[in-house]
Amino acid sequence: MKIFFVVLGASIAFFLTVAMFGTSGWTRPPLATAQTGYRGTAMDQVHTKAGLAEVKEANVAPAAADPAEEDGELAGKTYENVQVLGNVTTNEFNRLMASMTEWVAPEQGCTYCHNTENMADDSLYQKRVARRMLQMTQHINSDWKANHVGSTGVTCYTCHRGQPVPANIWFTNPGPNHSSGFVARNNGQNMASPSVGLASLPYDTLTEYLADKNIDNNAIRVNGTTAPPTTKGKPIQDAEKTYGLMIHMSEGLGVNCTFCHNTRAISNWSQSTPQRTTAWHGIRMVRDINGNYLEPLASTFPPNRLGVLGDVPKVNCTTCHNGQNKPLNGVNMVDSYPELTKSTVLAGTPPADPTAPAPAPNP
Amino acid sequence: MVGLVAQSPGLALEGNQNAMAYYQNIFTEVQVRPKVPELGVPVAVDHRWGKPFNSYLLGLFGNGQVGPIYIGYLGALSAVCFLIAFEIVGLNMLASVNWSPIQFVRQLPWLALEPPLPKHGLKILPPLNEGGWWLITGFFLTSSIMLWWVRLYRRARALGLGTHVPWAFASAIWLYLVLGFIRPILMGSWSEAVPFGIFPHLDWTAAFSLRYGNLFYNPFHMLSIVFLYGSTLLFAMHGATILAVSRFGGEREIDQIVDRGTATERAALFWRWTMGFNATMESIHRWAWWFAVLTTLTGGIGILLTGTVVDNWYLWAVKHGVAPSYPQVYAPIVDPLSVPGGAQ
Repeated sequence: MKIFFVVLGASIAFFLTVAMFGTSGWTRPPLATAQTGYRGTAMDQVHTKAGLAEVKEANVAPAAADPAEEDGELAGKTYENVQVLGNVTTNEFNRLMASMTEWVAPEQGCTYCHNTENMADDSLYQKRVARRMLQMTQHINSDWKANHVGSTGVTCYTCHRGQPVPANIWFTNPGPNHSSGFVARNNGQNMASPSVGLASLPYDTLTEYLADKNIDNNAIRVNGTTAPPTTKGKPIQDAEKTYGLMIHMSEGLGVNCTFCHNTRAISNWSQSTPQRTTAWHGIRMVRDINGNYLEPLASTFPPNRLGVLGDVPKVNCTTCHNGQNKPLNGVNMVDSYPELTKSTVLAGTPPADPTAPAPAPNP
Repeated sequence: MVGLVAQSPGLALEGNQNAMAYYQNIFTEVQVRPKVPELGVPVAVDHRWGKPFNSYLLGLFGNGQVGPIYIGYLGALSAVCFLIAFEIVGLNMLASVNWSPIQFVRQLPWLALEPPLPKHGLKILPPLNEGGWWLITGFFLTSSIMLWWVRLYRRARALGLGTHVPWAFASAIWLYLVLGFIRPILMGSWSEAVPFGIFPHLDWTAAFSLRYGNLFYNPFHMLSIVFLYGSTLLFAMHGATILAVSRFGGEREIDQIVDRGTATERAALFWRWTMGFNATMESIHRWAWWFAVLTTLTGGIGILLTGTVVDNWYLWAVKHGVAPSYPQVYAPIVDPLSVPGGAQ
C-alpha cells in the first residue's frame, strides 16, 4: 500500500513537472528590457531577444519599386475611369498598380481586380473596394499624419502583407448561438476569446469601442476623477470592457501596459508616456476607418466576405501593427509613393463610383 | 491499545548515530492506529454517525482515523443548501456551453454565473437568466455558510471549547458578505457583486482595482496584505520552531504553556538569540489567530469603503500624502480631451 502511494505520488509529481515545463509558455533568456519611465515605477518593456528578432524578421517591409520615369501624360487623360489617381502621371500610375499587385494580390495578379478585356470595367467588387481603400490610404496619410501615422505613413502593405484579405481583421462576435433549452446569459463574456488575450473578459469590446464612429469620447474611461464619489460611477462591468480593449491593444502592439501608462495611476495623463496620446488618436483613427471607409462597403462586399451578422470586415490595432509598436519595424514606405499621401483626383473627374460612397468629410 | 505502523526508516538507526534524529522530520513518518477507535471525551448530546476506519493516505496528512462524524440537523441543512447553490452554478455553466459535457470540462475555468445586470439595481428577483439564478445561489450559499457557522459554534460549546474557531470563521464570512451583499446594497445594485466562476472572479478582482483607481492605495487593503503575508510568515516560523524542538517533546506545546520544558526553553532561546525577542508557547497562537482574523476583517473594511466612500484610491492617496510624486520624464502629457480641438 505504502509503496503504491509513493509510486503514484512520484509519478504524478513527475508528470506535473513535465507538463509545467512543456505547457506554460516559458520565456527563455536572454531578455531585452527597455525602461520607459522613472526608476522605481516598473515602467519597462520586457521581451526576449529571440522574440524581438523573430518579430522583426516577420515584419520586413518590401523594397520600393524602381522609380518611374518622370513627366508624361496624366493617368486620368491616358486611361478611362480613373476616379482617384487621375492626377498622377501614367508612369507613376502603372508603377503603383504593379506595387499594389505585389502588396495585395501577388499570386492572383492584375485579374484579381481587373477585367483584362477592359481594364476600366468596374464589375469586380475587388476593384471597387480597392478604389475605396486607396482613398482611405490617402486619408490616413494626410489627415492622420499629425496625430498617429506621422511621416512614416501607411501603404496597402502595412495591413495586407501580400494577402488580398489582411490577416488581422475582425467581425462582430455575437457570442454563442444556443437554440436548445434554457438560454444562459454569459453577460457577453467568459469565452476565452483571443481578442481579449484568452481572458474571461467581455469578448466583443471591439464592436463597442472600435466600430462606432459616433461613440462618446469618454466611453472607455471608467475611473473616478475625484477621490470621493461625486456622481454615480460606471459599473465594474464597464471596467472589464475597457480592460478587454486594453489587452487587445497590448497584444496588437506587442507591448505591456507601461508602454503608455504608469500603472499606479492608469487613468492619469500627466504620468503617462507620449505613446498614450498617439494610441488615443489611434483609437479614433480606427473608428474613422471602420465607420467611414469599411462599413459603407457593406453592399459592395459579397456575402462570403461578411461576418455572421452581415457586418463588414473591420480593422483594429493589430491589423496594421501586427505585434509591433511601429508597424513594419517603423520603415517609411510612403516617401517612395508620394501619390498615397494626398488626394490625387484630377480636376473635372466625376465623383468616385456611385457604388462606393463619397469620401468622409474631414473629421 | 496502540500499535505503530509504517515504521520510519529513521528507526533503523545503528551504531553511534543519534537516535533522536528520528524526530527531526518534515513528513509524517509514524501513524498511530488504535485497536479500538478513539471516541474522545464523552459529551452530553452525541449523535455521531458512521463506522470509524483507518486510512493510510489520510494518515499521511493527519489522523489516520476517519469518523464517526457529527452531522446534526444544522450540518445536514447546511450541506443541502450548499449542494443547491453548487448545482445552480454548475447547471448555469453547463447551459452556457449548450449542455455539452466536453465543452463544460474544456471551458470550465472560464465559465461563470454572473450577477444581475446593472439595470436591475437591487431588484429581489430579476429574470432568472439576467441574474435571478445568481441571487438564488447567493441565498442558498449564504444560508449554508451561516448554518455551518452556527454548527461550528454549537459543537465548540458542546465540547466545552472556547469559540475561537467560529469567530475566526466569522471574520471570513464578513469579507464574503461585504463583497456579495453589504457593498452591493450600499451601491444600490447587485451588479456590483462578484460572479461565481474561476477566472471570472479573478478578472472581476482586477477590474475592481482598475475601476477604483488602484486598490493598492487603499490603506485597509494594505493592512489586509500585511496580515495575510504576516500570517504565512508566522505560520512558517511557528511550524518550523515546533518541528525543530519536537525531538525534545515540543509538539506538546499546549502542555508547555503552563509546564515549560526543555523544548520550550530551547525554542524561546533560539528566537531570543536570533532576533532578541521571543513569543511564548501561548502568545504565538494569539499572534497567529489575530493575524488570520484581521486579514479578512481589514480586507472587508477596505472593500466596503471602495465605491461607497472613495471612488479613486490613487487620488485619495495623493490627497492624504500617501502616494509619492515622481520626477517628470517626458514633456508634459495632457489629456487630448482637455485641449480644445484635441479630439480629432
